[in-house]
Amino acid sequence: MSERVREVMEYDVVVVGGGPAGLSASIRLKQVSPGASVCLVEKGSEIGAHILSGAVIEPRALDELIPDWRERGAPLDTAATDDRMIYLTAKRAVRVPLLDTVMPHMGNHGNFIVSLGDVCRWLAGQAEALGVEIYPGFGAAELLEEDGRIVGVATGDMGVTRSGEPGPGYAPGMELRAAYTLFAEGCRGSLSKRVMARFGLRAGVDPQTYGLGVKELWEVPAAQHRPGLVQHTFGWPLDHRTYGGSWMYHFGENLVSYGFVVGLDYPNTWLSPFDEMQRLKLHPAIRPHLEGGRRISYGARALSEGGLQSIPRLTFPGGALIGDAAGFLNVPKIKGTHAAMKSGMLAAEAVAEALADGRPAEPASFTARVRASWLWQELRGVRNIRPAFAKYGTIVGAAYSGLDAMLLRGRAPWTLRHRHPDHAVLDSAAASTPIDYPKPDGRLTFDKSSSVFLSNTNHAEDQPVHLVLRDPARWRAVNWDRFRSPESRYCPAGVYEVVGADGVGEAVGADAVSGPRLQINAQNCVHCKTCDIKDPTENIDWAAPEGGGGPNYIGGM
Amino acid sequence: MKLLVPVKRVLDYNVKPRVRADGTGVDLAGSKMSMNPFDEIAVEEAVRLRERGVATEIVVVSIGVQQCQETLRTALAMGADRAILVLTEAAPEPLAVAKLLRALVLREGPRLVVLGKQAIDDDMNATGQMLAGLLGWAQATFASRVEVAAEADGGTATVTREVDGGLETIAVALPAIVTVDLRLNEPRYASLPNIMKARKKPMETLSLGDLGVDVTPRLTTLRVSEPPVRKGGVTVGSVAELVSKLRSEARVI
Amino acid sequence: MTVLVLLDHADGQISPASRSAVTAAVQLGPVHALVAGAGPALDAAVQAAARIAGIEAVLRAEAAVHAAPLAEPLAALLASLAGEYDHLLAGATATAKNVMPRLAALLDVQPISEIVAVVDAETFVRPIYAGNALATVRSSDAKRVITVRAANFDPAADVATAAAIRDVATPDVAPLSRFVSAELSRSERPELASARVVVSGGRGMQNGENFRLLDPIADQLGAAIGASRAAVDAGYVPNDYQVGQTGKIVAPDLYVAVGISGAIQHLAGMKDSKIIVAINKDAEAPIFQVADYGLVADLFSALPELERELKTG
Repeated sequence: MSERVREVMEYDVVVVGGGPAGLSASIRLKQVSPGASVCLVEKGSEIGAHILSGAVIEPRALDELIPDWRERGAPLDTAATDDRMIYLTAKRAVRVPLLDTVMPHMGNHGNFIVSLGDVCRWLAGQAEALGVEIYPGFGAAELLEEDGRIVGVATGDMGVTRSGEPGPGYAPGMELRAAYTLFAEGCRGSLSKRVMARFGLRAGVDPQTYGLGVKELWEVPAAQHRPGLVQHTFGWPLDHRTYGGSWMYHFGENLVSYGFVVGLDYPNTWLSPFDEMQRLKLHPAIRPHLEGGRRISYGARALSEGGLQSIPRLTFPGGALIGDAAGFLNVPKIKGTHAAMKSGMLAAEAVAEALADGRPAEPASFTARVRASWLWQELRGVRNIRPAFAKYGTIVGAAYSGLDAMLLRGRAPWTLRHRHPDHAVLDSAAASTPIDYPKPDGRLTFDKSSSVFLSNTNHAEDQPVHLVLRDPARWRAVNWDRFRSPESRYCPAGVYEVVGADGVGEAVGADAVSGPRLQINAQNCVHCKTCDIKDPTENIDWAAPEGGGGPNYIGGM
Repeated sequence: MKLLVPVKRVLDYNVKPRVRADGTGVDLAGSKMSMNPFDEIAVEEAVRLRERGVATEIVVVSIGVQQCQETLRTALAMGADRAILVLTEAAPEPLAVAKLLRALVLREGPRLVVLGKQAIDDDMNATGQMLAGLLGWAQATFASRVEVAAEADGGTATVTREVDGGLETIAVALPAIVTVDLRLNEPRYASLPNIMKARKKPMETLSLGDLGVDVTPRLTTLRVSEPPVRKGGVTVGSVAELVSKLRSEARVI
Repeated sequence: MTVLVLLDHADGQISPASRSAVTAAVQLGPVHALVAGAGPALDAAVQAAARIAGIEAVLRAEAAVHAAPLAEPLAALLASLAGEYDHLLAGATATAKNVMPRLAALLDVQPISEIVAVVDAETFVRPIYAGNALATVRSSDAKRVITVRAANFDPAADVATAAAIRDVATPDVAPLSRFVSAELSRSERPELASARVVVSGGRGMQNGENFRLLDPIADQLGAAIGASRAAVDAGYVPNDYQVGQTGKIVAPDLYVAVGISGAIQHLAGMKDSKIIVAINKDAEAPIFQVADYGLVADLFSALPELERELKTG
């Protein structure tokens, strides 16, 4: 493939990723610098196809970006009206009183329950109307660098066979060159990762920490639908060493968004975020909301939880990291959309200024703009809450969070650190307590296979496997012998399957002799990126598959 | 020789159709829409006919909402030369579509119309045959191989067709209608450079009124429902019992 | 009023799908049948048609243009006869799918394809979205042109008394198409998507070599061979074997799932099969929830036994 000839297109700005950050950046750029040419590429088959969020969004950034969004028909239709935080034990539910006082960052007054995918589809329409060129179905696969500066990206080749050779339909990728490139790939972006490594952007900051969100969308009988209800739970079914909880939002036409986030610093190798999410539905705090309804969609996505301490240097020669690719997410608030949008807008303003300057440089004023904005104040105020949970466990962590909010108002003179990357936090199988998850009933609770089906994920069959073990031999010695294949549990899409182990999978006979091995069903992947994060030795590399592959989340998701 | 290729915008084949709770249809709101896969094969075949020097111009047409422009752009990116959108909020039935296409055929004068054998939403498998009937042209449906020998004022298409239990080859006089089946070809990617170039190719928008066709539906959909859930049957104790039941009870062998 | 059914025939036999169409037609009224062809095989087919239960009259159309079932003369013939009939039906064979919509265009009506149920004379149920939904549609056309999905109507049986037979003339139409040749795959495997019987293997087959165990079974049954995505992903067989959401959608009379657990993606591709047989050693496998006949057994012993049993039939 060294012979390939790639076509080249030049833009002022290339944006990688069509989520809220990338779209907001594109829109802001055209607002302040209408003459600038802006190109946005998105690996999903369409804008919104890979967007997964709760989502309750705070309209602050949107108010600033498109003040007349109501008149323009933005799909923010359900105001959050009833806000509950509940602590669960196996059988009971205790509602946290005076939520606005003890957890003021949690308050949802003035916020909206939305389908973030639908919001992005709408934002894309706004962007296109301003002249942004949007190309879904094309993933950026390669950084272009010249003289120590990022000068754009190249999209992936299409029609490459499983063995890596050009197939009959081979179409080489395209070079999208730009004065500035904004990486808006969301959490754990594959190119963002390379940019951070290339320019040492993480030097001097805490490791990023992550959570995995697993979501279902339900359609429920009208009689049990309570539009505006926002409910979060913590506690059961997780133990006190594991951070996480559920969300449930009633919105739209008889829709309920239900999901579960688990901090990926969980220590128990037997834990399965998917099954935690499933079994929680059996709890009386959730069950009556969903019973009698039908599940219409499913998906999962990792999110950044590190907060302020983990945000890397934001700029480098030729571009910037924005949105959750940089880690702009307010974990205690359980919101990132407004932060993603705001960071995109600020980056756009910095880039517009740099473009006006004429000489390509690092859009360094982005960092100063972020520090001067409400976004920084907000993240600074909550910076100690998530690490407190990691340090002290759920109960004390929650108490600290109340204390921090009420007495210190986020202005504690100390900053709690994230000490370990998530992959380094996992106990061996022998040291972990096995968890006995209930069997799915097919009505309220489901298995992974029927769940992944509802993500509408697909990948062209004949292409290189996009999930690779860097050192295949290590899987047996580490992942199996020590941890009993945690990937087969944390992957919410059933990509990783152990076959050949006694009593596991279907294989017997020949396979039993050779012992357990890892079967990678890459076609199932929903692009959540958890394996790239949690593998104990970072042995799994998630690379962007052929453009257009991955989930196709439906409207409402 | 000019080719006309109609393309339909349908729910993407990766997206599981979901019947609306009120039984009025399948929910399409916010879901990914794409070119009907059989139509992609039709576009690909047309492009190959031009690459072989048989065709000189490929006109693609879509009938439907404004967003059908995206579908047409994909066809342009694959190699079609220009596009026509017949704009309508209605979802015309195959009979009405065939009448609209007849009007376009009379206007554009193609010698060959290449269509997908069916759309994967309504699964009617009718439009191509109906267009042929309305025009009084020959038809070659379910093509798995197409050879065209065009002459100044005639010519022949030799088409191998997928029929029950095998293949059949027929020769049809031009002008003709060809509908394509799955095995005819593997459509090419609409590559990013070609998508960019397609933005500059001509696209014309017509209204139903421009074509003077009555699209009043003849079928009323009373109800759309989920198919019944299949239930498990019996467990048999042995291979012999299985075979005996398949012979005497199910009578499928 | 009377219903006209176009019958497909080969080697003097009426196709089972056409017999299913007769069963659907008798729900609408008295049934006449049309048999078109040329040469000696035509008469055998006409005689066979006259003995099908429910058929009151057989129209015999003998003309050289009908030697092979070409759409243009057949549609013209049907259109010339349509005046007497309210409903014109055919089993959804390749011939009928080719002819009936053309006929509908000649009559200026919207055809109704592949019905699975007759509600009343103007209302029918048909699958849409590859069987993922069922639409109940009512036709406002004066005449209704319909194809019938064979799997949903039992084929009409034979009776002792033969129906009346009369000849009908084929209108003169300019010949637009010409039959060249046929390659019917009698000895080879049928096409997966259209096979009457499909035998599929899953990851329980353990490797690609073992898929050969399915060959003799498929030979016995005249079946196509398919596979689950798990088997394809594991590299046992190429992707064009794949049955399921991301592979081929099949609806054969008989589907035999061997060593397939029954992931929902697979079920989506074969749930419309008339009869499903599952052979799996795991009694908990989801495939058993949809199988009409389930056999809990090790496939490596069950397959040779199945081959022997089929041979003795």
